[in-house]
Amino acid sequence: MSVDLATVKRVARLARIAVSEEEAERMTGELNGILGFVEQLSEVNVDGVEPMTSVTPMRMKTREDIVMDGDKAADVVANAPNSDRDFFLVPKVVE
Amino acid sequence: MTELTSLTIAEARAKLSAKEITSVELTDAYIAAIEAANETINAYVDVTPEQAREMARASDARIAAGKAGPLEGIPLGIKDLFATEGVHTQACSHILDGFKPRYESTVTRNLWNDGAVMLGKLNMDEFAMGSSNESSYYGPVKNPWRAKGSNLDLVPGGSSGGSAAAVAAHLCAGATATDTGGSIRQPAAFTGTVGIKPTYGRCSRFGIVAFASSLDQAGPIARDVRDAAILLKSMASVDPKDTTSVDLPVPDYAASIGQSIKGMKIGIPKEYRVEGMPEEIEALWQQGIAWLKDAGAEIVDISLPHTQYALPAYYIVAPAEASSNLARYDGVRYGLRVDGKDIVDMYEKTRAAGFGREVKRRIMIGTYVLSAGYYDAYYLRAQKVRTLIKRDFELAFQAGVDAILTPATPSSAFGIADEDLAADPVKMYLNDIFTVTVNMAGLPGIAVPGGLDHKGLPLGLQLIGKPFEEETLFKTAHVIEQAAGRFTPAKWW
Repeated sequence: MSVDLATVKRVARLARIAVSEEEAERMTGELNGILGFVEQLSEVNVDGVEPMTSVTPMRMKTREDIVMDGDKAADVVANAPNSDRDFFLVPKVVE
Repeated sequence: MTELTSLTIAEARAKLSAKEITSVELTDAYIAAIEAANETINAYVDVTPEQAREMARASDARIAAGKAGPLEGIPLGIKDLFATEGVHTQACSHILDGFKPRYESTVTRNLWNDGAVMLGKLNMDEFAMGSSNESSYYGPVKNPWRAKGSNLDLVPGGSSGGSAAAVAAHLCAGATATDTGGSIRQPAAFTGTVGIKPTYGRCSRFGIVAFASSLDQAGPIARDVRDAAILLKSMASVDPKDTTSVDLPVPDYAASIGQSIKGMKIGIPKEYRVEGMPEEIEALWQQGIAWLKDAGAEIVDISLPHTQYALPAYYIVAPAEASSNLARYDGVRYGLRVDGKDIVDMYEKTRAAGFGREVKRRIMIGTYVLSAGYYDAYYLRAQKVRTLIKRDFELAFQAGVDAILTPATPSSAFGIADEDLAADPVKMYLNDIFTVTVNMAGLPGIAVPGGLDHKGLPLGLQLIGKPFEEETLFKTAHVIEQAAGRFTPAKWW
C-alpha cells in the first residue's frame, strides 16, 4: 500500500500538524519508503495468532478507590503558556 | 592520585566510604570536566552545578553520620526524558520549551533516595526517536571516540546519545537512559560503555516522557558491568504509580558478578547473521562465542525464525503508540504555543513548529496505520507478528537456552550528518536490527564492549535473557568484559 499527496494532507490534518505543500510532497516520499519497508509483514502467516496485548504475563493492577493525590491546581497550571486563576486559556471555541 | 573522574562507581564508593575523598570533591571534578568538554561534546543540555553541590554536601554529611545509601555521593547524568522536579525536562524537543515538572520520576526519585547526586540533563534524540542523537532540538552529540588518525566527528548512537557520550568521556560516573528499540544498547556499543535494558516492567515508567508505552523501558549506561548492576539495583522498584511495574523484589544484581557460567547454555541465533554485515562483526561474534566457551558455557545453535519481521513490526507499533502519546502536545497545558486564528489552527501551528522532522514522520505513520480502514492491515497484523517474535524466544528458552549472544549493532559508529542515512529514514532504522527484537518481546538485553574494529572504534556484543533474569546477563557480560577488557577513548576534546 502507498499514500498519495491527498492522503498525506488528510493524515496531517488528523494528526493536527500544519504542513506546507512542499513538506507534504517530501513526506509522501518518506512515508511511502517506510510503508514499503513494513510491507514485508504481509508475507507472515498470522492465521490463528493472537495479537499481543501485554508483553509480560501480568494482570492489570488495581488500587484502592481513594483520593491519593490532588488539590494542586497551581502545580497543574504552572507550566501553561497562558493561564488565569487556575484555568488554561485557549482561543475562543464557542461563538 | 588518579583523576577523580576516572573512578568507576564501585571505586568511588569505596573511596567515599573510606573517607579518602568527599562527594563535594568528586562532584566538583565532574562539574569542571563538563565545563571543559561540553561545548565540544554537547552531551548535557542543562547542567545543574548548584543543585549538584548541595546534594553532594548532604551526601558528605550522611557519610559522616554513617547513614550512607548505596549510591551516596555518586554524581550521575540524567537523560532529558526523565521528569526532574523544577529542572529542564523537555525530551530534547522544541515543543516542551521551558517545561519544568512539578514532580519527580520514580527512577530518579529512587536514585536520589539512595544518595546519588544529579549533575544535569543529558542530550538525546527528540522524544527518543532516533539512532544517532541527530534529531535533538539541541543539536547532535559528538562521540568521544574517533577513528584512528581521523578528526571526523562521529555520532554516539541514539537515542541515549548524551548518556553514552557523557559516560564514555567521564562527564558523569553513570547515567540513566531509556530503550524503546535499542536506545540504550546501540549507543553503549558505539561508545565502548555497558548498557542494559531490563525486562519490561522492571523499572517504573512513571515520570518518563512516553514514546511507545508497550516498549519503553529505563536502564543505566555505565563504565563497566558492575557499575551497571549497581545502578539498576537502585533504579528498579515496584511502583504503584505504574500499573505495568512488576511486583517482584529487586535482586542484588552486583552479587551475581564473578559467578561461574559453567554449564550455562548460550544460544547463537542464525538469523542474526544478516546480509552485508561487516566481517569484523562476525569475527567479534565468534570471539564472544570462544570466550564464553572457554568459561565453560555450552554453545548451541538456535533459530528465531521471525527475527527479520521485528523491525518492520516495530515501525508500525512504535509510531502508532507515539502518535497517541504525543497527542497531548497541543500548546495548551505546557511547552510551546504558536497562536492561530482559532484553536485548531493553534494546535496545527504549534505542532508544526514544535516537532522535528523525524517526530512528525512517526506521528504521521502512526496516525495513518491507526486510521479507519487500515487498522487490521497494519496495527493488528503487527501485534500478531509480535506474538510470533516473542514465541520464538520462548521456544528457545524452553529448549534449555539460558541466554542468547548476538552482535549489538551491525556496524561501529558512523559520521555525523552521514548523507546516505539522511536521505533514507529506513537505512537509519536498520541500526536497531539486532536490538529491537528484545523490546518487541519485552526481554532484558545488555550491550557490553567486545573490542575495537580496524578503525579503532568500539564494537559491542549483546546478551539477551529470560524475563527478569538480569542476573544471568550481568554474570555472563562480566565474563566477556574480563576477556575483552575495558575501552576508554583517547582525549581529544
